[in-house]
Amino acid sequence: MKLRIGILALQGDFAAHARTLSGCGVETLEVRRVAQLEGLDGLIIPGGESTTLLNLMRDEPWFEALKRFHADGGALFGTCAGAILLSNEVVDRDQSSLGLIETSIERNAYGRQIDSFEAGLECPEAGADRSDPLKVVFIRAPRFRRVGARVDLLAHWEDDPVLVRQGRVLAATFHPEITGDDRLHRYFVEQVVAEAGGRLPQRTEVRVPITSAGSPTQTEAHATAVEPSRSTPQGENAPC
Amino acid sequence: MEEQKGTLRLKTGLAEMLKGGVIMDVVDADQAKIAEDAGAVAVMALERVPADIRRDGGVARMSDPKMIQGIIDSVSIPVMAKCRIGHFAEAQVLQSMGIDFIDESEVLTPADEEYHVDKFAFDAPFVCGCRNLGEALRRIGEGAALLRTKGEAGSGNIVEAVRHMREVQTGIRRLTVLSPEELMTEAKNLGAPYDLVRLVAESGKLPVPNFAAGGVAIPADAALMMQLGAEAVFVGSGIFKSGDPKKRAHAIVRATTHFNDPKMVAEVSSGLGAAMSGIETSKLPESELMQTRGW
Repeated sequence: MKLRIGILALQGDFAAHARTLSGCGVETLEVRRVAQLEGLDGLIIPGGESTTLLNLMRDEPWFEALKRFHADGGALFGTCAGAILLSNEVVDRDQSSLGLIETSIERNAYGRQIDSFEAGLECPEAGADRSDPLKVVFIRAPRFRRVGARVDLLAHWEDDPVLVRQGRVLAATFHPEITGDDRLHRYFVEQVVAEAGGRLPQRTEVRVPITSAGSPTQTEAHATAVEPSRSTPQGENAPC
Repeated sequence: MEEQKGTLRLKTGLAEMLKGGVIMDVVDADQAKIAEDAGAVAVMALERVPADIRRDGGVARMSDPKMIQGIIDSVSIPVMAKCRIGHFAEAQVLQSMGIDFIDESEVLTPADEEYHVDKFAFDAPFVCGCRNLGEALRRIGEGAALLRTKGEAGSGNIVEAVRHMREVQTGIRRLTVLSPEELMTEAKNLGAPYDLVRLVAESGKLPVPNFAAGGVAIPADAALMMQLGAEAVFVGSGIFKSGDPKKRAHAIVRATTHFNDPKMVAEVSSGLGAAMSGIETSKLPESELMQTRGW
């Protein structure tokens, strides 16, 4: 039984995430309606425009549904606009967000498109070190301005945290999905979704780590966040 | 690793972020705000929408930088602006102002009838119009990071955009079934760079995103173009030349996201008021067509 990862497809680079996940041994699904969250193990909120996503999310009770998805044990990964939506505060703007990770985030904090840049990041959890950095791009990227005590910092660019995790929620201010480097998606699937995921009947199948990068303290720290009640595979074969 | 700027990956990367969205033409900060609030993924700043350019005649040029700056200051979403075909000095001005995407556009009066802008010379990404696969690949060969159908701007008539999208898609499918020795001849016939022809033949898709433009007036037009293979939609005159721009903008955004859900398209299409009145493009004299500008 493969893990089922949804990609929020209201707007943004959802297709790039699907391509990147294609080598990760999971089933992917484009999610445009709330009902499609049923039976997913994880959800990616892609890059795009956060104002557009918020606008489209007014049509259905998305906020309630996504908070419930998280509370019920679903794992989430947001990149760029996705990280903005997951944060608990958007700095200097009257913009709502889900508040699923204790971060304050500033939109377009590096400038306009002309200031967008490619970079290589060290991220031991994803098996990326100085000699083989994670290839990422920052496009009109946001910046985490404050990070709560319960948030783990997994990667930095210059002095800023750019990849953070709090339990089942992973958030990146950059795009790992358009460079062909799928190590961070593997980390999400193998370390975040699988750790959280009691929704899986045969979890061991997908828990084989590709890299030996995940530090034991990391794993322990997040083990406490896993709720026991999620072994019921309810809604697993729900039609979409 | 040192950071790199202005790469093709960053340019097409921004185009990736716009997918599934609607880019709206706006002529001032108020319209830009309405567009952003309605869910636009970006705005195109220009002095007159194509329908007015068509009506007024004369030479259409890059917009006043002051007006563009007003729009940049009023919204948080990306701002695009148009330069004339071949007018690289206008493009330099737009880049210097921090425009996020430059549209080398047939809607403005061409500045050069022989050469398009060398888009590799810029750090800002370019979007260009195309009517068929050959034109698409020529623009990519010059460094365009995003394509759009030309359609017939300001007509409120989707027929030309449909023709151009089908031409491109059919051209791509055709390449995928040709044998290797046929590709050079096809490159010659298309007037397209051989390497790009081979790339498309192997991958079955363009190396950059392709959006729809030119004639989108109602939500179902957006749904049609998305189903034909467009990855996002530009709406020019269709919104602010209609009876209720706010409502129509909102509806077209939804139809673009839920393009495969006819019930949803029906729901958002209901009670929108008057659409822009359109033009029968086949009755337009050749001299009034915008799509034949550029090559």
